[in-house]
Amino acid sequence: MRYTAGIDVGSTYTKAVIVDDDRRVVGRGVDPTGFKLAEVSERVLQRALDEAGLVRSRLDYVIATGFGRHQVAGSDTQVTDLTASARGTTFLFPRTRTILDVGGQTMKASRIDGRAAVKSFRLNDKCAAGTGAFLEKTARYLGYSVEEIGPLVSTSKTAVAISGVCAVFAESEVINQLSEGTPPADIMHGAIVSLVNRSVQLLKRVQMESEFTLIGGIMRFDKMVAVVRDQLRQPVNIPAGDLVQLTSALGAALLGLQRMEKLSARVEA
Amino acid sequence: MAYAAGVDVGSTQTKAVIIAESGGIVGRALRPTGANVVHAAEEAFHEALTSCDLREEEVEFVVGTGYGRYKVTFGNTQVTEISCHGRGAVHMFPATRTVIDMGGQDTKAIRVAANGEIIDFCMNDKCAAGTGRFLGAASSALDIPLDELGPTALRGERPVKISTTCTVFAESEVLSWLGKGKKIEDILLGVHQSIAARSVGLLRRVGVEDQVTFTGGVARNLAMIAALNDRLALTVNVSEESHYMGALGAALFALDRIAASRTPADAPRRAAV
Repeated sequence: MRYTAGIDVGSTYTKAVIVDDDRRVVGRGVDPTGFKLAEVSERVLQRALDEAGLVRSRLDYVIATGFGRHQVAGSDTQVTDLTASARGTTFLFPRTRTILDVGGQTMKASRIDGRAAVKSFRLNDKCAAGTGAFLEKTARYLGYSVEEIGPLVSTSKTAVAISGVCAVFAESEVINQLSEGTPPADIMHGAIVSLVNRSVQLLKRVQMESEFTLIGGIMRFDKMVAVVRDQLRQPVNIPAGDLVQLTSALGAALLGLQRMEKLSARVEA
Repeated sequence: MAYAAGVDVGSTQTKAVIIAESGGIVGRALRPTGANVVHAAEEAFHEALTSCDLREEEVEFVVGTGYGRYKVTFGNTQVTEISCHGRGAVHMFPATRTVIDMGGQDTKAIRVAANGEIIDFCMNDKCAAGTGRFLGAASSALDIPLDELGPTALRGERPVKISTTCTVFAESEVLSWLGKGKKIEDILLGVHQSIAARSVGLLRRVGVEDQVTFTGGVARNLAMIAALNDRLALTVNVSEESHYMGALGAALFALDRIAASRTPADAPRRAAV
């Protein structure tokens, strides 16, 4: 049995996935990224190894991805997050043509072909208003933690208008809404709607086409997915369970397996 | 003796100024705006009255300004903060042709004529980058009080290059520089330079003409004054009352109204945006 690992060092979380040569996920690890990228990538990989019941030397190939991919010690190679997410989503949903990936500090829209090659992409990485940080800030102004966002918005029926141009300016909007007696759930819901509006703009710029697959840590919130579906008026694919957050790491691990197979084919030839 | 007042309800702080007929400041007050804007305006006005021992009836005209100017319920009228900052700056430094106003959540570049009238202005209305909030983010990331940021930055020798634009991301960038072992003073010097660079970008859009007057709460920060001087290659005017410039301008507009009501025919008229 051969094993490969993908390590995705994201802006907020670092993720690791180990797959076997039957393309089954056998181990995974997640931890907040922090500022010591080499250490955190080591730690999440160890967690994935523990779950798989493997030692480090059993890994045949390790691919790093994400913004911190160059700080990962001991990886065989690095790929961009766009390449990794394209591979991961195509594996899970082979008919995917458009991917929306919303993470803690980035939002990425990409269009891919049937062979997981990236045809077009747009990023929002200069401004927090289009990223998970916008929701995190809004939650904080409301006095909630990130983990409470899901349960909080599930009680909302209507979203109030939140302009969403700037995560900092959102604070005054939140305070104004609270002082007018708006329920926190509806304000949070409004923040999600405004984030989704921005992501739809990004999707339009890559000339989106179906099928759509949504990935990234922010898609853990059901409301986020529901609002995207509403605004696109299209069905969307969501990786099951924690895979939604691990899709790029999975993609990197699968790319590793592909490399291995190519290498051994060459050796045999 | 007639008195006039200006109340400037800013995004972060509310300022009130009371002036005499001469245009000299006799009373002033400053308090956080908070969530109850109407209350903040009233409190600031009353504190300013107390500071110069005047009664409300002795103030003949009150002008409200700032983003919360319509919440100055006791005000006789409202004037935009752009007009007020221009007016206040020219009153303090008559040779002013360009004003840079740096507040808690916005930065404005204003070009004014010799009589204080506004020729052009530009502001960051969509993004908090390059505003006082950037300093606020650095302050909370490094756990250093706002007032100490400037003095600390002045000790910096090798400024780091802050690459992020967004205030939210700047907080993590500051921490990552700290994690890489950079000195706090060098990080803060970099933060000040990055804000100065953005503000000068805004100034260039309206055109920089000497003299430049620096107003708003951030004008008390010596490192920011130095960073702006460096970037502009000139010396900006800074008044002891920089924080109150908008409220002062509003009070001067109020004084105009008092004069106009007395001698309607030959009262000086000033355009307000």
